[in-house]
Amino acid sequence: MEGMSTIVKKITQLMAGLIFLYGIYIILHGHLTPGGGFAGGAIIAGAFILLILAFGNSALNLKKEVAGSSNIESVAILMVTILAMMALLFGIKVFFFNFLPKGTPGELLSAGAIPLYNIFIGIEVAGAILTIFLALVIFKEESSK
Amino acid sequence: MTVYILCFVLFLVGLYGVITRRNLIKIAISMSIMEFSIFLLLVLIGYIDNGLAPIVDPGTTGQVYVDPLPQAMVLTAIVIGLATTAMLMAIAIRLYRKYKTFDIREIKNLRG
Amino acid sequence: MELTISIILGFMIIGAIYALHAKDLLSAVIAIGMVGYGLVICFLLLKAPDLAIVQIVVETITLVIMVAVVLDSTRSEIETIPDRRSIVQMILGFIIFAGLFYFFIQAIENLDPLGAHTLRMSEIYVNGAVEKTGSVNLVTGVLFDFRAYDTLGEAVILYTAALGALTLLRMKGKK
Repeated sequence: MEGMSTIVKKITQLMAGLIFLYGIYIILHGHLTPGGGFAGGAIIAGAFILLILAFGNSALNLKKEVAGSSNIESVAILMVTILAMMALLFGIKVFFFNFLPKGTPGELLSAGAIPLYNIFIGIEVAGAILTIFLALVIFKEESSK
Repeated sequence: MTVYILCFVLFLVGLYGVITRRNLIKIAISMSIMEFSIFLLLVLIGYIDNGLAPIVDPGTTGQVYVDPLPQAMVLTAIVIGLATTAMLMAIAIRLYRKYKTFDIREIKNLRG
Repeated sequence: MELTISIILGFMIIGAIYALHAKDLLSAVIAIGMVGYGLVICFLLLKAPDLAIVQIVVETITLVIMVAVVLDSTRSEIETIPDRRSIVQMILGFIIFAGLFYFFIQAIENLDPLGAHTLRMSEIYVNGAVEKTGSVNLVTGVLFDFRAYDTLGEAVILYTAALGALTLLRMKGKK
C-alpha cells in the first residue's frame, strides 16, 4: 500500500495527535462524562488507522507494529484480571472489589479503582482493533505481490 | 408499540438477507443489521419520558434518570459486534484469496 | 418522540433493504452506513450519549475494514434466476416470517409502552450507585462495579477475536 499525497500526509500529522489526545481525555473522564474505556479505546485505534492509511507501508514497519499491538493487548487484559484479584491482598475475598478510597463524587480522582479499569480496558480495546486492522492490511499486501 | 414492531421488521430484513443472499459480504452485512435492531429494541425498552441521561449531578435529588442497565449491556454488545464483523471479514478475505469468489455455494462445491 | 424514532427507523429499513439488493458491493457497504448512523441519532434522542459515542466510532472503523476487503475483489453481485423450487422455498419462508411476527406481537403485550418504563432491578443501581461506587456516570458504575463480570467476558471475547484474525491471516498455508 502506497502512501497518499503530501497534503493528506501533512493534515494527518496535524490531526492524528489531536484525535489521540481526545481519546485519552474520553478514557480518563470515563466516570464523570459520557464515554469510558470502550469509546476512548476505539478513538485511539482510529487515530492509528488514520496514520496507517495516510502513510502506508513506506514509512511504517507494519510487521513490527502488529507484534507490538498484540503484546500490548495481552498485557492489558492480564492487568485487568490482576486488578480484579487485587482485593485479596486486603483480605477481602470478592472478585472485582473496589478497594481504593471512593473520594468525593464528581472529581477527577474519585470512584476508587474504576478509572484504572477504564484505562486498561481502553488499552485492550485499542490494541485489539489495531491488531485486526494491521493483520488485514499485511495480508492484503502479501497476497497481492 | 409501533416502534417495537418496526424494530422487529428491521430484524426480519436482516434474517431475510442471511437466508437468501449468496455473497459472503452481504451475509456479514445482514448480521450487523440484525445486531443493530436488537440494540435499538433494548435501549427503547429502557427509555423513560422526560428522563435525564444517566449521569448524576451530585447535590441534586429527585431527578428521573433513564434506565442505565440496558445501556451498559448494549455498550458491551456493540464492541462484540465489531469483533465478530472483523472476524467474518478476515474469514471472507482468506476464502476469496483461495477460491477467487465470494459465492458460498461455489465454495461449498470446490474441494481442496 | 415515538413518531421521530419511527421515521428514522423507516429510513433505516429502506437503507437495509437497499444494502441487500444493491448490484455493487461497494454501494451495499456504504448503504449499511445509513443504518448505523441512523442508530447513532436514535441513541442521542433516547438519552444514551455513551452508546452514541461508541457506535459512531465503531461504525466508522467497520466501514473502513469492509471497504478495505471489498475494494480489490470482484464487486458485482451474483445473479440468481428463480426456478420452481425457489418459489416453494419463498412461500415457506413467508409463512415462517408471519409466524415469527405473530409470536413477537404476543411477546410484547406485557411490555410497558414507550416512555412508561418502570425501574425494577435497576432501582438499586440508580438510587445507591453514587454512594457505593463513587462514579457519577451510572453506566460506568454498572459496567465496572455491579456487572464487572460482563465486562471481563467482553474483553476476553475481543482478545479472542483479535487472536483469531491474527491466526487466520498471518498463518502460512500449505502449498
